[in-house]
Amino acid sequence: MSQEVEDIRPSYPLFQDEDYKENLANKKALFEECHSREKIDETFEWTTTREYKELNFQREALTINPAKACQPLGAVLCALGFEKTLPYVHGSQGCAAYFRTYFNRHFKEPISCVSDSMTENSAVFGGQKNMFAGLENAKALYKPDMIAVSSTCMAEVIGDDLNAFINNARKDGRVPEEYPIPFAHTPSFAGSHVTGWDNMFEGIARYFTLNYMDDKEPGKNGKINVVPGFETYLGNFRVIKRMLGEMGVDYSFLSDPEEVLDTPADGEFRMYAGGTTLEEVKDAPNAFDTLLLQQWQLKKTEKFVRTTWKHSAPKINIPMGVEWTDEFLMKVSEITGKPIPASLEKERGRLVDMMTDSHAWLHGKRYALWGDPDFVMGMTKFLLELGAEPIHILSHNANKRWAKAMKEILGASPFGRNSQVYIGKDLWHMRSLVFTDKPDFMIGNSYGKFIQRDTLAKGREHEVPLLRIGFPIFDRHHLHRDTTLGYEGAMHILKTLVNAVLERLDEDTMGMGTTDYNFDLIR
Amino acid sequence: MALRQCAIYGKGGIGKSTTTQNLVAALAEAGKKVMIVGCDPKSDSTRLILHAKAQNTIMQLASEAGSVEDLELEDVLKMGYAGIKCVESGGPEPGVGCAGRGVITSINFLEEEGAYDEDLDFVFYDVLGDVVCGGFAMPIRENKAQEIYIVVSGEMMAMYAANNIAKGIVKYANSGSVRLAGLICNSRNTARETELIEALADKLGTHMIHFIPRDNEVQRAEIRRMTVIEYNPESKQADEYRTLAQEMNENKNLVIPTPITMDELEDLMMEFGILEEEDESIVGKTAAEESLVSATA
Repeated sequence: MSQEVEDIRPSYPLFQDEDYKENLANKKALFEECHSREKIDETFEWTTTREYKELNFQREALTINPAKACQPLGAVLCALGFEKTLPYVHGSQGCAAYFRTYFNRHFKEPISCVSDSMTENSAVFGGQKNMFAGLENAKALYKPDMIAVSSTCMAEVIGDDLNAFINNARKDGRVPEEYPIPFAHTPSFAGSHVTGWDNMFEGIARYFTLNYMDDKEPGKNGKINVVPGFETYLGNFRVIKRMLGEMGVDYSFLSDPEEVLDTPADGEFRMYAGGTTLEEVKDAPNAFDTLLLQQWQLKKTEKFVRTTWKHSAPKINIPMGVEWTDEFLMKVSEITGKPIPASLEKERGRLVDMMTDSHAWLHGKRYALWGDPDFVMGMTKFLLELGAEPIHILSHNANKRWAKAMKEILGASPFGRNSQVYIGKDLWHMRSLVFTDKPDFMIGNSYGKFIQRDTLAKGREHEVPLLRIGFPIFDRHHLHRDTTLGYEGAMHILKTLVNAVLERLDEDTMGMGTTDYNFDLIR
Repeated sequence: MALRQCAIYGKGGIGKSTTTQNLVAALAEAGKKVMIVGCDPKSDSTRLILHAKAQNTIMQLASEAGSVEDLELEDVLKMGYAGIKCVESGGPEPGVGCAGRGVITSINFLEEEGAYDEDLDFVFYDVLGDVVCGGFAMPIRENKAQEIYIVVSGEMMAMYAANNIAKGIVKYANSGSVRLAGLICNSRNTARETELIEALADKLGTHMIHFIPRDNEVQRAEIRRMTVIEYNPESKQADEYRTLAQEMNENKNLVIPTPITMDELEDLMMEFGILEEEDESIVGKTAAEESLVSATA
């Protein structure tokens, strides 16, 4: 029963030992008042039926396993992308702890983020005192160059006015008059993490530019601005920079957490590292134009950039797959007058070559996928380019206009004929879809592993393997370093997709003397 | 002309909604483009303009549709008398939920959906009497209402409320651009009411923008769900509202108020005979004790 020092085993396989088995069985029998195995199996089977799916989709008041997170989470990520910036959450400690652990688990990195610790008293009297002390302490202790304030449920329900509180804190001498403290109201109960990112970005852009537009003029600094939106793939920051570098385009990456989310273990803790400089933000209106990489989630930013900076912020799709990467590069070329270099043309050619090499394996393969609106749209587009069929497409935090645009994209391809688009639905809905109309694979975040487990429980022939592309990914290491954007990102996704097909095929044909007539060395 | 946003505050039952709607009707009659945003779960800020019992509110429609993101502007924005745009934020039944959050959600929705279009001359927020939480202060956050009018009468509690509202404004005015723009006296026919409210206004650092006399014509119009301006444009009361509208239109007197202490307020009321001088010797004395005292005296 007890562990041996020389042989410490985790719960698996430890609980396979006879004494543990007996202990757990006793616990179940004597204390858990569990239903019979038959009853559990029967209920499980029922949850996999069409009948249950119909009921499941009539659900009104309950969300099970949401495929989205809350606004301040996005606001924190946005803030992390600026130089020496401390994300500050106006609310309870638990909220900030949640954001930090969520990112810790995904990036395997420390995440610096503070809260002003609102309690029962603050709920009654308002959180101004917390804001006063919080700003003063955070500045003194962590010495940031900027504090980016977002808000949480409690502060929003009692109607705390961030603008007034911050200005009063200045008046009260808690923080200097000119010290940068942009803010965004980010109620967790409205929108999702992508809305929060958008709000925080707009707040920062507003703080540094709204009242300083007199000497600004589009094109004056010869750069273009790139706004990533809620982006968690480090490779995506790197690939966009590389492509722009190869084009010889001068750019400002507005919110760039690539460094701070990837600090080296060399004995020095870096609370801040890299990031967009405050000078770059101030100078941003002087760029030729601003490219929003995820237009469906950057509505407030788009409006601000167009009305205040007088940039066109052209409608572009997320640069995923061949066509939309082409579109991105051509747009950059159009704005800056710089041609697309041979190196990128060659890269594109390599991607197309890879696609033709693998197409026999991917053609007609059926996928279920979920995630944020722009990611899901880009992934759908690339699957169609590969001749694969995205059949169940779900985005919890997308709107009706997105669904309409998705249907147009699907309608334009023969591989989109069997596709269904779902908005405002959760992963328990996805589970029903996967059980009643089986795809070959699921593409999504780590939470999909429970759907895979359930499908396997019904039988090996029902199992739908999960391909982990999205956010968050807690149960595999270093996938956040990958790339999903540009030709490079498409290559990576293609590799992931086709090798999953081949691995699955190997597993299926490994039966010695039964299926191994197809256990081929060459695929 | 740039859009002017005004918020109307005052003690519950003082006549904010009636005054606002008559005032807005007078402004619209004079050719101004106006929008009313009702910020009170009672949702009675637009009925006289729309001739309706109660307008469908943003929060009610949002909860039917699932979320506020599923709403379109035309679902919630109604046109009434003289092209006045009407919106009610709405809120929960008494005793549950959070009406203040309803105000925040509604105003955010209106801003995001572009309700504040460039043609508008005025937006009026008709706000629940007691500013009970941060949500009801939403209309006076930065870049929203900059002019606040307090409806008051010569009654003691109405004046207490006006002074408290002035205290609230100071909190926001010191760091922002919201200002007290004046007191509107909605007469209750108390003694020396004009002088009293003028004196109060003076103490608060503002002015009484207009004195609206009591007139049953208002009630006659109201049972027909109309403003006096529409029901009986020839009446004397209609002219009172027109004068108020004109005064407001020309008002440049915007101040950070100087609220007074309770003692000062009580002194003022005593001066006007609303409050009797307190007799400290009787505080805490029961009837039995008092009769004993008078028997021995």
